[in-house]
Amino acid sequence: MTHKEVLVAVKNLKIVFGKGKNKFVAIDDVSFDIFKGETFGLVGESGSGKTTIGRAIMRINEVTDGQILYHGKNINGKISKDWDREITQKIQMIFQDPMASLNERAKVDYIISEGLVNTKKFISEEDRQQKVRKALLNVGLLPEFANRFPHEFSGGQRQRIGIARALVMEPEFIIADEPISALDVSIRAQVLNLLANLQQQNHLTYLFIAHDLSIVRFITDRTAVIYKGNIVELAETETLFSNPIHPYTRALLSAVPEPNPYKEREKIVEIYDPTQHRYDQQPPAFVEIEKGHFILANEQEIENYRTTRKMGG
Amino acid sequence: MEATRTKSSILSIQSLVIKFTLRGQVLTAIRDISLELYQGESLAIVGESGSGKSVLVKSIMGLLDKNGSIEQGRILYNDRDLAQFTTEREWLQIRGKEIAMVTQDPMTSLNPLKTIGKQIEECVVLHQGLKGKAAYEETLKYLTDVGIYDVEKRYKQYPHEFSGGMRQRIVIAIALACHPKILICDEPTTALDVTIQAQILQLLKNLQQKYGLTTVYITHDLGVVAKVADRIAVMYAGDVIEVGATHEVFFNGQHPYTWALISSLPQLGLKGQQLYSIKGTPPNLFKAIKGDAFAPRNPFALKIDYEERPPFFQVSNTHYARTWLLDPRAPKVELPETLLAFFEEGRQHANDA
Repeated sequence: MTHKEVLVAVKNLKIVFGKGKNKFVAIDDVSFDIFKGETFGLVGESGSGKTTIGRAIMRINEVTDGQILYHGKNINGKISKDWDREITQKIQMIFQDPMASLNERAKVDYIISEGLVNTKKFISEEDRQQKVRKALLNVGLLPEFANRFPHEFSGGQRQRIGIARALVMEPEFIIADEPISALDVSIRAQVLNLLANLQQQNHLTYLFIAHDLSIVRFITDRTAVIYKGNIVELAETETLFSNPIHPYTRALLSAVPEPNPYKEREKIVEIYDPTQHRYDQQPPAFVEIEKGHFILANEQEIENYRTTRKMGG
Repeated sequence: MEATRTKSSILSIQSLVIKFTLRGQVLTAIRDISLELYQGESLAIVGESGSGKSVLVKSIMGLLDKNGSIEQGRILYNDRDLAQFTTEREWLQIRGKEIAMVTQDPMTSLNPLKTIGKQIEECVVLHQGLKGKAAYEETLKYLTDVGIYDVEKRYKQYPHEFSGGMRQRIVIAIALACHPKILICDEPTTALDVTIQAQILQLLKNLQQKYGLTTVYITHDLGVVAKVADRIAVMYAGDVIEVGATHEVFFNGQHPYTWALISSLPQLGLKGQQLYSIKGTPPNLFKAIKGDAFAPRNPFALKIDYEERPPFFQVSNTHYARTWLLDPRAPKVELPETLLAFFEEGRQHANDA
């Protein structure tokens, strides 16, 4: 836990959609690091910008300002062809809805090997088939499935195909955007376990984007909470859940219903009121309040948080 | 929770069988279900997709798809058997007036071309017989009731001017304006953010009290169930396999499928370890099911589970489960430790309460 290699560094990222009157700042000065081998969670409500960040790292959304570094090298803006090809292969994505993310008209074989074909990452036809077969086996599907169409599969199996498609590229870093939200409870557990196993076998790093906090708590090592384009709190997942500091994080955590009727009946849901901040007089900064635990706050607030929470300096 | 025991039944489903015809094949969606709904309670129907929970409530409202039909059984409401209804005329006396529904997606359940005020007023006019100013005033009252501010201005706005949570409030207002006795909420918060979900669930609870409603929640989220339900009915493959008071099903569940559902909650998982997952897939409902439908996926399955459908065994006055494990001749099973710890935690809370 002491020394960690930074795999992805997001520095002062700013993403603006539209121009002039229709300008909308989706991401405002966001910075964070993702360490090699960890699962980094990004949670927030719809419209908070969590998917936009994922897509920016995927290079689907253009970056207005700031930098995204992969292995310390810039991946946004103008980059060399070789580097472009390398990151295209090393960074892969798993999508939310397995019903919409697979080409209905293509066979599983084609879906999985499309990336291989595009980057010419195979020696012969036999090698390509071998890779598809291996990817299918890795996600717990039978190699025979390569000749079928997506509609022949259940939601859980389709999501496995989506994972196989990412795996076949032998990536280092996978962005999983709500990979299990569209799945049933019992299938969720299977896919979560699969993701965890694959991470161990292939030394993967995950960026896990989700709104379901119970799953985030189970699967991630560190978590960032994002609210309206700003990260308001970032900490090791257990710290974040046991000692949330920012009022938005507290409200978000208290809103998650727990599967315990006794606790639920007594629980008081905290409500976040963004007008409580006095940021016009004293703008906030992203500060480390205890080791590895960052929050967005101004000096006055940090003072308050320290006294009320009895935080170690 | 205690009160439900003495309460009278408002709706009674008896030996219901529902079948669908699809491409010449027959699918049995509901396999001989009997379920009581008590006056004033809040019942949660829990199950995976395809378990038949939506079909069950659709049959109560006469909203089954054309290829589906009630093959057998009765749905008794106010001494009338809804299962015998054939015409739309008959259903119109029940639908909305007596039983109203809040659906999952507030984006699609409102008419985008009409102001939300008009959409609520429509129900006030139709079901309460009010006109003109009186109907308008009543509509504003419902808007206030569901927590919308600035109601006179909001009355004139269109659905696209509202956020998802606000739209769901309007859908609830429309349902309430029908003056129903029973409110069915089909995954009312699945499409919403957690903070909004918490608000909507609280709103539904308050309204239930205020209007003396009986509510039925359909959901797969056990957290939501814990928050809102007095009783739970767990469904699997078109059958109710366990029914009981919320705390009984959560902390003294008896059916292996209930155990499996609870065990696969990420809250029960330990980081770095495998989360419990149910093996296999749900049965194909096009084929006849023999014995306990869950048997092939059940690590505790007995020989008889493959042969004969288990009856309801009584666990307590309010708690029943369809599993042969409750038969006195059944062997004792050892539950996984995480599940036992969860049960134990529940019992401690019960003692504290």
